[in-house]
Amino acid sequence: MKKLALLVAAALMCASMAACGSSSSSSASGSASASTSGSASASASTSTEATASGEETTGDTLIMGTNAAFPPYEYYENDQIVGIDADIAKALGEKLGKEVTIEDMDFNSLITAVQTGKIDMVLAGMTVTPDREENVNFTDSYATGIQSIIVPEDSEITGPDDLAGHKIGVQESTTGHIYCADDYGEDNVIAYTTGANAVEALKTGKVDAVVIDNEPAKAFVEANEGLKVLDTEYTVEDYAIAVSKENTELLDELNTALAELKEDGTIQSIIDKYITAE
Amino acid sequence: MREWFLSHYQEFLHDFNQSFIEDDRWLYIVKGLGITITVAVGALILGVIFGVIVAVIRSAHDQRKHKKTKDLGYYILGVLDFFCKIYLTVIRGTPMMVQLLIMYFVIFASSTNTTMVAILAFGINSGAYVAEIIRGGIMSIDAGQMEAGRSLGLNYIKTMRYIIIPQAIKNILPALGNEMITLLKDTSLVTVIGLKDMVKGALIIQGRTYQAFLPLVLVAIIYLILVIILSKLLTLLERRLRESDRR
Repeated sequence: MKKLALLVAAALMCASMAACGSSSSSSASGSASASTSGSASASASTSTEATASGEETTGDTLIMGTNAAFPPYEYYENDQIVGIDADIAKALGEKLGKEVTIEDMDFNSLITAVQTGKIDMVLAGMTVTPDREENVNFTDSYATGIQSIIVPEDSEITGPDDLAGHKIGVQESTTGHIYCADDYGEDNVIAYTTGANAVEALKTGKVDAVVIDNEPAKAFVEANEGLKVLDTEYTVEDYAIAVSKENTELLDELNTALAELKEDGTIQSIIDKYITAE
Repeated sequence: MREWFLSHYQEFLHDFNQSFIEDDRWLYIVKGLGITITVAVGALILGVIFGVIVAVIRSAHDQRKHKKTKDLGYYILGVLDFFCKIYLTVIRGTPMMVQLLIMYFVIFASSTNTTMVAILAFGINSGAYVAEIIRGGIMSIDAGQMEAGRSLGLNYIKTMRYIIIPQAIKNILPALGNEMITLLKDTSLVTVIGLKDMVKGALIIQGRTYQAFLPLVLVAIIYLILVIILSKLLTLLERRLRESDRR
């Protein structure tokens, strides 16, 4: 009995200390949010496009940046980066008479790298979105990617139209994440750091569907029983090459070369080489 | 020089606009702040409750160890102490992120209340550290204090209440403050279970705009402000408690 009384006394005492802590943090939140919104509205009207003088980066080499963890577009094979993007870059290099070297880096760093001139172009299965277009120039599209929907086999979801009102799992910062957040609201979308975690959440019923690129989707379904990829894709998106805003010359060159490669069927044959038609 | 400055200033304005103003993206950060604080405060309260319970059991057991009469209470305490030790070993011996993922994907696999799962995971984790901090504070008081209290006719609880705890608190506070700060910052791990805290907000913005700098710096500044406020309050509390000190 004495123990119990002591326990309650100590718990109460510490609870009062905890109360101190809580009030401090909530007051902090108030001031922080206020200052955020204040500064936000202050500079809302003064957005201006940055004016930077064009700089020429002509040479014999063309540095391509990519994130080599995205089969079949780019992945490692015996220490070599191969895949659709790598082959297309090589074909482009031949057309332009330049040697192509490939740099592997984080997907999120690619845009910054191309902006600062560390790399000349990005081929990384990168989808064109208006936000990205503000920071880089995109060439014409050279391939299309598919965002697929994975659901449990007994799911009532049969297509993208049924997704509304359901919890959707996605991989953080992918286009699937961005599109789902736009279409169904950020609150209905749960972003996981890896696609595997999103699929795990689907298996345990935390989300009702997972939207992810078609190729990994197929791999996940193969590895996990009771899941299926819906026949109707969520969306089809255009992959394009990103180049620096300041390097319009390269943009024009790449567009011309791309058009020629499309014309003579080189690009289609590269894609067919990696993605076997179903 | 002036042109350089102007062009960079305009670039900054553009980046700022894209990172926070367009589509009301600052809301990600503000809503995230709410989640961060909810999880931190919830976990703190839980952690302190767990910590106190474990610390009381552990130190009561330690103080009774050398008693010659072994009554029923002694054995109950022994069993409780054993479980507390397991709790401390497991929780302190495994990474927070792993605990969080296990809580989310295994133990509460069927729960969809992610915030609650996060609060529980962090509360349980923090409790282990708080327990040892509090036990350390109680143990730091000289055994003579307890003996003196008891020989003056105070019972165990009264000795604790009027002699041991008031002295122990002063030793506990700095370390407890440390734990609170660590807990607040550790909540950023909830991004792995898909909870939209402040860091997740910054990552969402980054994923959309490909601008990492501003969102991450803003989040860092907000954390810094939170921690500064927290440590200021702790200092005030500490000063108040030390008013009677001669040190």
